[in-house]
Amino acid sequence: MTEHKLTVHQKQEVQHKGETTKPEKYFIPAVDIYETDKDVTVVAEMPGVAAAGIDVTLEDDVLTIQGCKTEGDPGAGKILLQEYETGNYQRRFTVGEAIDQDKIKATMEDGMLKVVLPKTEPARPRRIEVQTA
Amino acid sequence: MALIRFAQRPELWNPWSELERIRQGLDKLSLGYPDFKMPFGTNVFPALNIVEEEETVIVKAEIPGVRREDLEISLEGDALTIRGRREVRHEEEKVSFHRREIESGSFSRAVTLPVKINPDTVNARLENGILTVTLEKAAEMKPRRIAIETA
Repeated sequence: MTEHKLTVHQKQEVQHKGETTKPEKYFIPAVDIYETDKDVTVVAEMPGVAAAGIDVTLEDDVLTIQGCKTEGDPGAGKILLQEYETGNYQRRFTVGEAIDQDKIKATMEDGMLKVVLPKTEPARPRRIEVQTA
Repeated sequence: MALIRFAQRPELWNPWSELERIRQGLDKLSLGYPDFKMPFGTNVFPALNIVEEEETVIVKAEIPGVRREDLEISLEGDALTIRGRREVRHEEEKVSFHRREIESGSFSRAVTLPVKINPDTVNARLENGILTVTLEKAAEMKPRRIAIETA
């Protein structure tokens, strides 16, 4: 079986965001989202973003992941080839499941952000004993 | 294979010249459509940015999710080759995917550098999913200041 060859996907700019005062671009990162019994995990591609530049918020079931690039603009060199643009990343999702906000964990590795959103424990069926006087 | 088109003949001999003219016009039109062209170069992974500075050439590639051990960089003459693979591994079992946009696979890309470089001082760094290869130009390619003598 021949292995899948990776291709470059052009970065798409975020449309809904208001214009920024600084000439910065916000791109939509590619994501994987998967669910297990216990949690929902979001993995996002954010090359050029360090752990310090990550901002993850969950507000009213809307999860916002944002990454700010750490690198400055290139110096005074002559650009020979430019195939990708640098910029910040942002993407929003509406999360359907009930999430335990206090236990959200985010890690950054090799330019990949991973956010684990643990589901709240479902109300366990409980039997109520009737007490007799 | 050398193709000789009818259009290259003198016009008097060529009954097809009008058709050829229309075809060329259509070719030009299709090139003008923004959707048909990539805004930046090719779509061979990874996307590269190359900057030439006075004494160095800096090659940068966006390769999020590629581990250091899965990456191989080689230099052959003035051709720099970046080769590797990305495996998006999920440790958890029994997952159901909501979205799957990040691909796994291998890549290989070679670029020919515009200047001669010193192969002994190549430096490669992988940080936050960005590979930066710094290549020093060969001594004879570096700019040299020439002192002006006065009489």
